[in-house]
Amino acid sequence: MPSELVDKYFRTEFLPHIWCPGCGNGIVTRAIVKAIDNLELNQDDVCIVSGIGCSSRASGYLDFNTIHTTHGRALAFATGIKLANPNLHVIVITGDGDCAAIGGNHLIHAARRNIDITTIVFNNNIYGMTGGQYSPTTPTGDKGTTAPYGNIDANFDLCNLAQAAGATYVSRSTVHGANMIIKQIENGIKNKGFSFIETITVCPTYYGRRNKKGDAVDMIDYLKGNTINKSAYDKLSEEDRGDKLVVGELYRGERPEYVESYDKIIKSF
Amino acid sequence: MAEKNIKLMQGNEACVEGAIAAGMKFYAGYPITPSTEIAELSATKLPKIGGKFIQMEDEIASISAIIGASLAGLKSMTATSGPGFSLKQEGLGYAIISEVPCVIVNVQRGGPSTGLPTSPAQGDIMQARWGTHGDHSIIALYPSTVKEIYTTTIRAFNLAEKYRTPVILLMDEVIAHMREKIEIPDGDEVEIYNRKKPSVGPEKYLPYEIKEGDIVPEMASFGEGYRFHVTGLVHNETGFPTSNPDLSENLVNRLFNKIEDNVEDIVEYEEYMLEDAEEVIVAYGATARSVKSAIESLRAEGIKAGMFRPITIWPVAEKQIEDIGKKAKRISVIEMNMGQYYSVIDRIASKYTSVDRYGRVNGELITPEEIISFIKEG
Repeated sequence: MPSELVDKYFRTEFLPHIWCPGCGNGIVTRAIVKAIDNLELNQDDVCIVSGIGCSSRASGYLDFNTIHTTHGRALAFATGIKLANPNLHVIVITGDGDCAAIGGNHLIHAARRNIDITTIVFNNNIYGMTGGQYSPTTPTGDKGTTAPYGNIDANFDLCNLAQAAGATYVSRSTVHGANMIIKQIENGIKNKGFSFIETITVCPTYYGRRNKKGDAVDMIDYLKGNTINKSAYDKLSEEDRGDKLVVGELYRGERPEYVESYDKIIKSF
Repeated sequence: MAEKNIKLMQGNEACVEGAIAAGMKFYAGYPITPSTEIAELSATKLPKIGGKFIQMEDEIASISAIIGASLAGLKSMTATSGPGFSLKQEGLGYAIISEVPCVIVNVQRGGPSTGLPTSPAQGDIMQARWGTHGDHSIIALYPSTVKEIYTTTIRAFNLAEKYRTPVILLMDEVIAHMREKIEIPDGDEVEIYNRKKPSVGPEKYLPYEIKEGDIVPEMASFGEGYRFHVTGLVHNETGFPTSNPDLSENLVNRLFNKIEDNVEDIVEYEEYMLEDAEEVIVAYGATARSVKSAIESLRAEGIKAGMFRPITIWPVAEKQIEDIGKKAKRISVIEMNMGQYYSVIDRIASKYTSVDRYGRVNGELITPEEIISFIKEG
């Protein structure tokens, strides 16, 4: 029996989805609708905007106002939508390649404007849709079809990037902890400004297999063992911190929100 | 009778005024010479009428933002020039396949690449037609005076709404930056076309279904309760992706034919002294103004010259050009490029008459004297 969430928020006629067995994207997609359900948002008032890639296929399965845009441009489309109809809760679904490579500039500037958009990055460390090329978040040394001898690029810390660019809510979670993702999405939507939620997901098919990371369960176990919550991390001394990935709410800030600032100009006439 | 509203106005300003008269409520753009005044004036005027302006981080973001805003219900426009128009091609294709009304202004400058940023050129005729990948049709309009920029911008919005398609407004740098007298019509004299909203409730709405007697699907906006899906993938009438060969063929054909089957409605042109013309010149935009002057001189010398000036550059006024071809001794296409529209006229008219071309690509206007010599040299 599918859950009530599926019946209520999914366009079930378009299921099953296209994702591979073991893919973590379903966990994140469920977290999105669970967060929306917890916040009791009206489906008519939610707009899901996605780019191109595996993650970005999620928009089609979800029963809201949805748009699957061009590669990297989800945030630019979302900016137009939010400005045109500020009543919409605009949520962007994007991937690591979509958001950090081809769409990197749009991410920086959406964050800089602090426009009220919640961005959820499904970070699977690889270009999955095109068959496993290395992405801006593929760890240095790991392999992709276009990094057959190991990736020599430095990998991006997207949360640092978003925070530096001006996002007022920044968090990271993994598909090992679905409840943490849900909470972060709720808080991201509640934040009046640009919210950036990086969720580390798993791609056993392309990233995992090539890099001998085991199956989906092994990869999720790895996430469990190699992440540390920010509150615990902050208590550790510098030398005890190690190189575990920090998850949790990493930053909250307060700045004027873009659409509200623009409305003040309109009201001044 | 009300007092006439006569103004001295720059071409780029007339474009903004026309857009606002047509109902523009959203503008996203990126600064680029020689179109920048369109952004500056939109930034100044839009918030005063409850509209919104945003300067985006680049040209692609700008066209993406106007597509988003249009889907959320606002009439939207962006303006750019050559290098920016190259970048717009991605969003242009998206607006074509997803059938989102919007207006893209290209105040042309010399190319390729950064080219001649402050000089006129008419080199983007073919890019307007074929710049974005894949099979498609397009509507592109080409005004020749400041007054016509005003009326043609309104028409660009109307056609975008009526045919649910991006409309390109090609402008010449010299007219964009020239000031001319223009009479602004009263609001109620301006004919405005708005997209057709759904005639059914959300439960029966199919976002890409063509209702009997309609040319394009009815269009809901995000946030109105219809909860539809939009994609740049080939889709069926539900809006969801399909790779079914028949449905794919149907969609691309429908997008093409909704414009090509309505050429008579879309095509607008001026015929100047064509009635008895033996030497017919085809020209558009700024070049057409030099041609008019040349024709007056040629006529004074007894040469029966006339002009056909397409205001709609795409789709092509095939029927009219064919008729001219049957009557004229010669057709000369005069344009500030290396024969882009000539290739079109030649295809249509060369089976009836000889078709010649004259052009230049040095950033200088073509003068009436040059045109007179070209025609006289036969």
